[in-house]
Amino acid sequence: MKNENTLLSVEGLSVSTGRFPLVHDVNFAMARGERIGLIGESGSGKSVTSTALMSLLPDGLQATGTVKLAGHEANFVDASDAVMRKIRGRDMAMVFQEPLTALNPLMRAGAQVAEIMLQHQMVPSRRAAKAKAIEMLASVKLPDPAEAAMAYPHQLSGGQRQRVMLAMALANDPSLLLCDEPTTALDVTVQRQVLDLVLESVVQRGTGLLFITHDLAVVANMCTRVLVMNNGKVVEQGATEEIFTRPQHPYTRGLLAASDLEATDHDGRLFTVASAAAYVPWTVAETEAHAAAAEETPVEPAAPQQDAEIQPVIKITDLSRTYKRGRTSLFGKPTEVHALQKANFTVLPGERLGVVGESGSGKSTLLRILAGLDQPTSGSAVVAGNEVAGAPESQLVQLRQELQIVFQDPMGSLNPRMKVLDIVTEPLLVPGRTENAAKRRKMAEEMLEAVGLGAETLERYPHQFSGGQRQRISIARALICRPRVLVADEPVSALDVSVRAQVLNLLADLVDAYQLTLVFVSHDLAVVRYLCDKVVVMQSGIIVEAGDTESVYTNPQHPYTAKLVASSMNLHAEVLAKAGTA
Amino acid sequence: MTTSSITELRAKRSRRRNTNMLIGSVLVSLVVLAAVLSFIWTPYNPYEQFFAEKHQGSSLSHLMGTDRLGRDVFSNILYGARITLLVGLVAVGIALLVGTPLGILAGMKRGATEEVTMRFADILLAFPALLMAIMFAAVYGPGTVSAMVAIGIGSIPGFARIARSGTLQVMSTEYVQAARASSQPALRVAWRHVMPNIVGMVVVQSSVTFALAVLAEAALSFLGLGTQPPTASWGRMLQESQQYISINPMLVVWPGLAIAVAVMGFNLLGDGLRDRFDPKLNGERS
Repeated sequence: MKNENTLLSVEGLSVSTGRFPLVHDVNFAMARGERIGLIGESGSGKSVTSTALMSLLPDGLQATGTVKLAGHEANFVDASDAVMRKIRGRDMAMVFQEPLTALNPLMRAGAQVAEIMLQHQMVPSRRAAKAKAIEMLASVKLPDPAEAAMAYPHQLSGGQRQRVMLAMALANDPSLLLCDEPTTALDVTVQRQVLDLVLESVVQRGTGLLFITHDLAVVANMCTRVLVMNNGKVVEQGATEEIFTRPQHPYTRGLLAASDLEATDHDGRLFTVASAAAYVPWTVAETEAHAAAAEETPVEPAAPQQDAEIQPVIKITDLSRTYKRGRTSLFGKPTEVHALQKANFTVLPGERLGVVGESGSGKSTLLRILAGLDQPTSGSAVVAGNEVAGAPESQLVQLRQELQIVFQDPMGSLNPRMKVLDIVTEPLLVPGRTENAAKRRKMAEEMLEAVGLGAETLERYPHQFSGGQRQRISIARALICRPRVLVADEPVSALDVSVRAQVLNLLADLVDAYQLTLVFVSHDLAVVRYLCDKVVVMQSGIIVEAGDTESVYTNPQHPYTAKLVASSMNLHAEVLAKAGTA
Repeated sequence: MTTSSITELRAKRSRRRNTNMLIGSVLVSLVVLAAVLSFIWTPYNPYEQFFAEKHQGSSLSHLMGTDRLGRDVFSNILYGARITLLVGLVAVGIALLVGTPLGILAGMKRGATEEVTMRFADILLAFPALLMAIMFAAVYGPGTVSAMVAIGIGSIPGFARIARSGTLQVMSTEYVQAARASSQPALRVAWRHVMPNIVGMVVVQSSVTFALAVLAEAALSFLGLGTQPPTASWGRMLQESQQYISINPMLVVWPGLAIAVAVMGFNLLGDGLRDRFDPKLNGERS
C-alpha cells in the first residue's frame, strides 16, 4: 500500500488501558486528498482511534503500532510531545464534536484562528495573522467575517462556532483533517450546511479527511472509503458504495439494516441487528427505481375529516406561551420570548402525530404544556377531556392518568438511587389508585415483560442497564397506568442506530397493542416518517405546516418544511448521489 | 470497554482522596475512642485535686502530667472529648434538621418561599456564629447548652444553601419531570427523589460543620462563655493553663493538640467524603 501518494499510514495500531484492549490492530493507509469515514456505534473505539492518531490519548492509555504522516519521520505512537506539537495544528488538525467547549470562551474568534498560525510561525506578524484570520473566516462562509472575528464564542450560534473551528483547523492548510462527529450537536439544516462546507473545503485544498461518525447517511455523503469499527476492531473496509450496497460482514449489514428506516421486515417493523440477515440493501438501480417511483406517484391531498362525531383526544386552540427573560439593563424592558404562538391542532384517538422542528422551535414547550408541567400564557389545551390551561395541580391528576411522557435522555430520566421496581411503579402511587404492593409488583413485572425485559430486572439499579434498556424502563413506567396518550420527547435521539430500531419497533408494537394515541417529538424527519401518520412542523414557536406525513414529506408546502426535508440525509439518496458521481 | 478505562483512571484518582479519608477517619476515631474510654475508665478522677503533685511533667503515673491544682491532664483530656463530641453532634443536628428541610423547600417551591427562606439564611449568615453565641451567653447565661444551640443556629444557612442548590439540580432532571408528570405529591418527590440524591452533599457539610463547631466551642470555653468549670473542656483547659505557660508549657500543648486532632480529623473526613460523593468522578457508584 505504501507509495509516494500515501498521506497517512496506520499499521497495527492498538490501544489498551493496560489490561483491557480498546482498539485492536487497526491497519489502513490514506492517500493524499482521500476521504475516509470511520463508522461505529458508541464504545466501538472510533474516538479512541482518532485521539491515538493525534497522539492525544489521555493518561493511562497505552498505544502500540505505527502511525506515520507523509513528510514526517516520527512514529506518532511514541513521539514526544515536543515533536507532536510541531505537527498538530500544522500538518494535521482536528474538529471536535462540541464547538462550545472546544473554543476558548474568553478569546475572540479571530484571535483563536490567528493564534494557531502564529504558533507555527506561518505568518510574519500579528497584523498579518489577524488579516489572514479574517480571510479564513470568510472562507468558511461566515457572514461578515470581520465582525465574526471580533465575536466571543458565546455570541455565535452552534453552526457558526463549528465554522470557526473549521477555520482554525484549516488555517495552516494541513494535509490531514480529522473530524470527530462534527455535526452531531447541530440542527438538521445547519448540519447540512456545515457538512457541505467541510466537503467543499477539503476537496478544494486536497486535504485528506478522516471523518468519524455514527451516521451512515453522513458518511455516504462525505467519504469515498469507509472503515467499519466494532468492539475496537475494523471489521470491514472498502469503497463507500461497495459497503453500502454489498456489505460482507454481518455487523455492517446489521448497521445498514437498522439505519434504513424505509425497509421493513415481513411484520412491517424495522430491521434490527438481530433480524438483519433478512435485510437486502437496495442496489443502485433499485434505489433509482424507488426514487423515480416516488416522484411519479402523486400524493393525494388528505381527504378532509368527515367524521366530526369522533371526539379528539387532544384539542389545542390558539395556544401561546411567552417567557419573560430577566431584565439585562436597569431601564430596558424585559425581553419576551415567544416559545409558542397561536398553535392549533387536534389529535384523534389512535392517531400518531409527529411534531418536527429544530432546537428552539417550541416543540418541548408544547409537550410540557400537554403534560401539565407548564401553563400556557393564553389559549386552551384539552387533553382527554381535561382542560390544562389554568387547572390547579389537583385537577391534573386525572389528566396524568391519561397522558404519560417518555423523555429523551436515558441517563437522566431514571433516578440513579431507585430500584427499577420503584421507578416503574411510581405512577401508581398517586391519590385515587388503590393497588397494594404485591399488585404493583405484578403490574411492573407484566409491563417489563411487555417492553422486553425480564422480571429479574426489578431489583436492579438504572446504572446496570444500557441506554436502550433504560429507555425501555422509561417506556414501562409511562405505560404502567395504561394511559390513552403517550407523549415521547426525542426518545431515540440519544441512542445508537441498532438500538434505535429496536426501541422504535417496541414503540410501534405498544401503540398497536394498547391502542395508544402517540405524540412523538423529534428533530429527525426519517424517524417521524416511519412512525407517524400525521405531522406538524414547527419553527420559532409557530406551526408552519400540518398534514399527513407522506404528503408533507413528499410535497412540502412551506419553504421551511422544504428546507428541512432537503437537509435531512437519507442513506439511499446519498448512496445514489455517490454512485452518480463515481 | 471505554468504561473500564475510565474506571482505571478513577481508581488512580480515588487513591489520593482515600488518604484524606483514611487520615480523617483515624483522627476522628481517636476522639471518639477517647470519649468512649472516659465512660469506662480514666487513670484518675479528673476533678480530684492533689495539691502536692501540681505541675508535674509527663510520667508513667501521669501520662500528660498534672495541672495547677494537681489534676491529671490525661483524664481531663479524655473527659473533654465528651463535651467536644456532644457540642458537635447537637450543633450539627440542629443545623441539619432545620437547614436541610428549609433548603429543600426553597429549591422545590421557588418564588416567594425561596426568596424569604434564602434571605433569612443570608441575614443569619451576616452574624458570625461566635457573636451569636456571645449574645446567647449574655441572654441565657454562659453554658454548654447555650453554646451548642448558638453554634447550631449559626450553621443553619450553610445547610440551607447546600440543600437548595442540590435540590435545584435534582428538580431539573428528567426523572423529577417524570414524577411530576404522573402527579406525584411534592412530599414524595422530596423524599424519594431529592433527599437520596443530595444526601452526599449534606454528609460532607455535616463533617465540615462539625469541625467548625468543635473549634467554636473551644473558643467560647476559652472566653469563659462555653462550658463552665469544673466540667472538663479542651477550650477551658487551654484558658486555665495560659497563665502558667512559662512554668509548665506542656499544659497548653495537650488541649491544643486535642483540638487540632479533632478539627483536622473532621475536616479531612469532609474532604474525603466530598471527593467520594463528587458526581463528576463517580457516575458508576452503586
